[in-house]
Formats: sequence, C-alpha cells, structure tokens
Amino acid sequence: MWLKHSTIETRIPLMMALTLVTVSIGGLVEIVPLFTIETTIERVQGVRPYTPLELAGRAIYIREGCYTCHSQQIRPFRDEVERYGHYSLAAESMYDHPFQWGSKRTGPDLARVGGKYSNEWHAAHLINPRSVVPESIMPGYGFMQRELGYADISDHLKANRAVGVPYNDEMVKNAVADLEAQANPEADSKGLEARYPKARVADFDGDTRKISELDALIAYLQVLGTMVDFKTATPENLRQ
Amino acid sequence: MDAASGTLATTRATPDYDFGVVRLFTIAAMAWGIAAFLVGVVVALQLAFPALNLDLEWTTFGRLRPLHTSAAVFAFGGNTLLATSLYVVQRTCRARLFGGHELARFLFWGYQAFIVMAGVGYLFGITQSREYAEPEWYVDLWLTLVWVVYLVIFVGTLARREEPHIYVANWFYLGFILTIAMLHVVNNLAVPVSFLGAKSYSAFSGTRDALVQWWYGHNAVGFFLTAGFLGIMYYFVPKQAGRPVYSYRLSIVHFWSLIFLYIWAGPHHLHYTALPDWAQTLGMVFSVMLWMPSWGGMINGIMTLSGAWDKLRTDPVLRMLVTSVAFYGMSTFEGPVMSIKAVNALSHYTDWTIGHVHSGALGWVAFVSFGALYFLVPALWNRQRLYSTMLVEVHFWIATIGIVLYITAMWVSGIMQGLMWRAYDSLGFLQYSFVETVLAMHPFYVIRAIGGVLFLTGALIMAYNLWRTARGDVREAERTGGADVAPALAAAH
Repeated sequence: MWLKHSTIETRIPLMMALTLVTVSIGGLVEIVPLFTIETTIERVQGVRPYTPLELAGRAIYIREGCYTCHSQQIRPFRDEVERYGHYSLAAESMYDHPFQWGSKRTGPDLARVGGKYSNEWHAAHLINPRSVVPESIMPGYGFMQRELGYADISDHLKANRAVGVPYNDEMVKNAVADLEAQANPEADSKGLEARYPKARVADFDGDTRKISELDALIAYLQVLGTMVDFKTATPENLRQ
Repeated sequence: MDAASGTLATTRATPDYDFGVVRLFTIAAMAWGIAAFLVGVVVALQLAFPALNLDLEWTTFGRLRPLHTSAAVFAFGGNTLLATSLYVVQRTCRARLFGGHELARFLFWGYQAFIVMAGVGYLFGITQSREYAEPEWYVDLWLTLVWVVYLVIFVGTLARREEPHIYVANWFYLGFILTIAMLHVVNNLAVPVSFLGAKSYSAFSGTRDALVQWWYGHNAVGFFLTAGFLGIMYYFVPKQAGRPVYSYRLSIVHFWSLIFLYIWAGPHHLHYTALPDWAQTLGMVFSVMLWMPSWGGMINGIMTLSGAWDKLRTDPVLRMLVTSVAFYGMSTFEGPVMSIKAVNALSHYTDWTIGHVHSGALGWVAFVSFGALYFLVPALWNRQRLYSTMLVEVHFWIATIGIVLYITAMWVSGIMQGLMWRAYDSLGFLQYSFVETVLAMHPFYVIRAIGGVLFLTGALIMAYNLWRTARGDVREAERTGGADVAPALAAAH
C-alpha cells in the first residue's frame, strides 16, 4: 500500500484530483440535504420579509459587526428559554441574508429582544449604554443619530429578491414610501401594514426632524423574534 | 544551509531560486503580525475598559475585532504561508518559481492589496458580518484572482521539480490552496446591491447559510491554520532539528485522514441551534474522530526530534517549533472535547471558545511561524546566524508566559460565565442577571490583555532581532572568538 502511494505523490494531477474529491465529500453530505429535506425549515405562520426600515436597520447591525458580541439563536435549554424566550426556530431566520446567529455572547442574545424594551430605552442605550446599564461594556453609538441614507432602498429589496426573499413588485415600488411611513406615526401607514403585517410604526428615536440610523436599527431590534405567535406554534404542531 | 548553495554549485547546478519574493512575504508577515497583535491588545482592552471604544464609528469593538482576526489569520498567517510555501516548494523541487519574476510580484502586491482593501473596509463598516469571511464581494473577487495566480505558481513549480516525488510539506500546502479556493468561492456567493456599491446579500439564508458559513469557518481553521501550517512543520522542524521526518507512513495516513475528516466538523459550531439534529450529531462525531489524525501530525512532528532532543536545551528556535507542535496537540485535543454536545452546551457563546482559539492561534500557528521566520531570515539574507540567540530565548519565554496568562484567563472566565448563565437559586429562579456575568469577567479581561501585551512585546523583540540579522549584525556578547564570524560579516558588507 505504501509503495502505491508513490503513484500519487509523483503525479500532480492525480494528487490534486484525489485531494479535491476527499475534501468535497463531507460538505456535500452535510449541506446538500439542507436544501432537499423539507423538514429543515418549520412551517409556521407569521414570518414575513423585513420592512424597508427594518432591512435598513439590519444593514446597520451588519455594518457595525454586532455579531461579534451578540448572538441571535436561543438554544432549547431551561435557563435560555427563561432568560430569552422560546428557543429559536429555523423559520425565523429564513429571510436572513446573511444569517446573524453569532458565536459569542459578550452581550446578551438578541433573537427575541423585540418588544422587551421601549423605543426610548433603546435610543438611550445605543447612544450611551452606561446611562441605562451602568455595568455595560458596549460601545456608545451616538453617531447613529445622523440621517439614514435610504435613497437606494428599493435596490436592496431587489437584491434580496434575487436571492430568494419574496418581495413583490408592489413592495419594491413602494419601498421608499413604506420606509418613511414606518418612522412617522402621523403618516398613512395602511399600505405598509397591508404589505408587512404587524409592522410596528413609531418615531423610534424620538427625534421628529429626520429619519436617523437609530430609527432604522431600533425598528429592526423591535421586530426580532416577534413574528411567530408562540400561542399557536407549540412544539407539538411544529413537529413535522 | 545556504552555505551549501555555494559549495554545491560546483557539483550540481543550483537553480536560480527566486528568494526575493520570499523576502518580501517574510517582511510582510512580521509587519502584519505586529499589527494583528497590537489590534488584539486594543480590542482586549476595550472589553476591560469600554471607554477605549472612543464612541467613534471607526474605533468600536465591532469594527476592530474583524480587523484583528483578519490581520492575524489572513495577513500574518497568510503571508507566513506564502513566504514559507514559495521557499519550500523551490527548495524541495530544486526549481525556480514558475511564472517568473513578474507573476510572483503580482502575487505579493495583489495579496497585500487584498489585506488593505479588507481592513480599510472594516473600519468604514464595509463587511458581510460573516465570521472570518467579512470582506465584501469586490474584495472576494480580487482575492479569487490572486489565489488562482498562487495556485498556478505553486503547481507550476511542482511540475518543474527535479525530484520524482512531491515532498510531504507540499501535499499539505497544495491541499490548503485547493480547499481554501473551494471554501472561499462557495461561502462568498452573494448578489451585490449595485456594481458601484460595496453592499451585497448572501446567496443562502438562515439555517443553510449558517452551515455553509461554518463549513467555511471551521475549515479556514482546518486548512488555512492547520494544513498549511503542517506544511511549515514538515519542512522547518526536520531542517532545524537536522533529522528526517519521523514516519513516512504516518505522514500518508494522517494527511488523507486529516483532510477527509476536517470538512465534516463545521456543524459543531451550531450545536443546539435550529440546524437539524442529524447534522449536529454528524459534526460532533467527525470532530471527535479528527483527534486521531491531528495527533498523528503532532507525533510525527515531535518524534522527528528522536536523537536530537538535546538540541531543545541549546536551540531556542527549535524549542519554539516543538512547543508549537505541543500546543497543536493540546488544542486539537481540546477541540474534540468542546465539540461534544454536552460540553458545548456549557462552552458555546463563552470566552472558553476564545481561549481555545488562542491556544491554537498563539501557541501553534504563531509559534510555528516564528520558528520558520527565525530559520528563514538568515537563509534568505545569506547570514550565517541570527543576530542574537539570547533574544530568541527571551522572546520564547515572554511569549509563552503571555499565552499561558491568556488561555487560563479565558478558561476561567468562560467556564464561570457558562455556569453563571445556568445557575438557579434555591427558589428556582435564575440566579444572575446577564450584566452580573459581564461584571464578573472584568478581572479576567484585564489578565488576558496583559497576556496579549507580553505576546506583542515578544514579537517586537523578534522584529528587532530579525532586522539586525538581515543587516548582518551579530550581537557583541554572542560573537564566538571573532575569527569565524568576521569573514561572514566582511562578505556581507
């Protein structure tokens, strides 16, 4: 057998081909079935694409590397479920490009942070975390009080559609209007709410003069983990 | 050993090796290494003292942390791999680099451009926020081009070899280059928002994206930080020890089993998540099996010293190389343990993971790189010896103490944090709020930062030593008689 190995180690194409085959098997066996086995993603009600404002907030979450300290994935343990809420479902991140489950909890998990704190708390906390949590080691994000750039938000919806998020033409066409409507409680938000059920409309950062990056990020944080109604999605009917 | 190139010339023509590009990569490796360790110290201090985030958008932990990891893995590690692989492939094949001077310079500057584009991007918030694959689509495309050039140069040089057999170090380098290409392309599939903008959205989402990313992420460890560095081990440990590789059979068995098993291990980063159970279990089982080929490599490296153990007392460069292999053995035992679901339930999301990564990154990857660079600089600049062996000794001990402080602090802080999260009081309520666990970690963050400062200090001493070596200096107190050193110095000037 050992003599035979000289056949491989004297021929570059053979060595390269065998190496490629050897390193391909594991990935093929583990990854491909995730796309073919139907039970990989639970069938639950309520998960919808992000509103334009939430999507812009998510882009800020990604820009700032929040994943380096916060996870978005609750494990099915008693302590985690008591601390954070129902364990995370695959369906809840099915429109997340990319996923942001994270790998480290220097800060707490954020998978179900939506609705736990008021918009005012989030704004104060993001601007200066130690003003509301004295022991916090999070950086301050006061610079997010600046104006949000959203002129190209419909292109973001289109790019998401290209990778499989079901944004329809109407959503793309109204992206700018929907974004503005969500950040303004005075505006007519009927169209927004029809397109994105249960979208939370508010002046998230408390500053009525402009739509800021804080508005977008808080809108995103407030929707995290709130789309699935766990009164109906019980473990029994999640089993497929 | 480079003295050999002079004497051998009369009996067998020495190829016209391109060591110029190896020198460039060597300098870059040392410079980026210091940058990576420095940013590491900064982010470590930010966790202990949050005011150091400065609350400016370019200096927050979230933006600097990817700068640290990318600088360590791709800039320091990557340049070390490029320097050593291009040296080793030429020496072991007795052939000049394929593609000539220009292609090699394109590889060097192209790779540095990749690092700068990625790093500057992070500071300005241009990131995919995919761990260890943060660079955006345009940087990924550029790296793909540079990587193809690397493959062409490496394989082209192998094809020119005068020896019929491809040396074992080159199997590992080749495996690393091919596999990283596959991982990089698949994991970075994305649709840009516009061709004039930096932002893109990944092709996969949620659970599927998670597994693709950790298939990539774990094998960035497995092939970039392991297979590539095993290539370094297989050349530089035998050279420095003056002994042949311990076992040829073990090389074959552990090469093929290592590259086969590593690819499966990704799901252990996703235990108890929404990833299907079967995938998690598969990842765990293969991670445990991975222990065997990993230790096969460790045994082959350490046992190469058979008959030369005494050199550990006198040669701090060899000691650094052997210590790195010992750390490799330790990390590759700890890894399988942490991949067991019951252990992972405690360790995941905590600093234990950070400690584990650094016992591998500082103890194994950085130490084997240091050993290789200490070997390379005198060889590349035609010096008979290093400027100072004593400074290598100082570097070895200061860095080792730094690593021990770092990893023990993170073990304690990680296990403590994991236990505090799951602690219940006598009434059945969660005992600690989250922020109490943050507070409890403060002293360990300070100790970790001190460990990092020691490690950085060691690297600065090394850079000084290598710089003086390249200049042709020999430390006054270490000159032996002068007679044997003086001609070498005269030749250098």
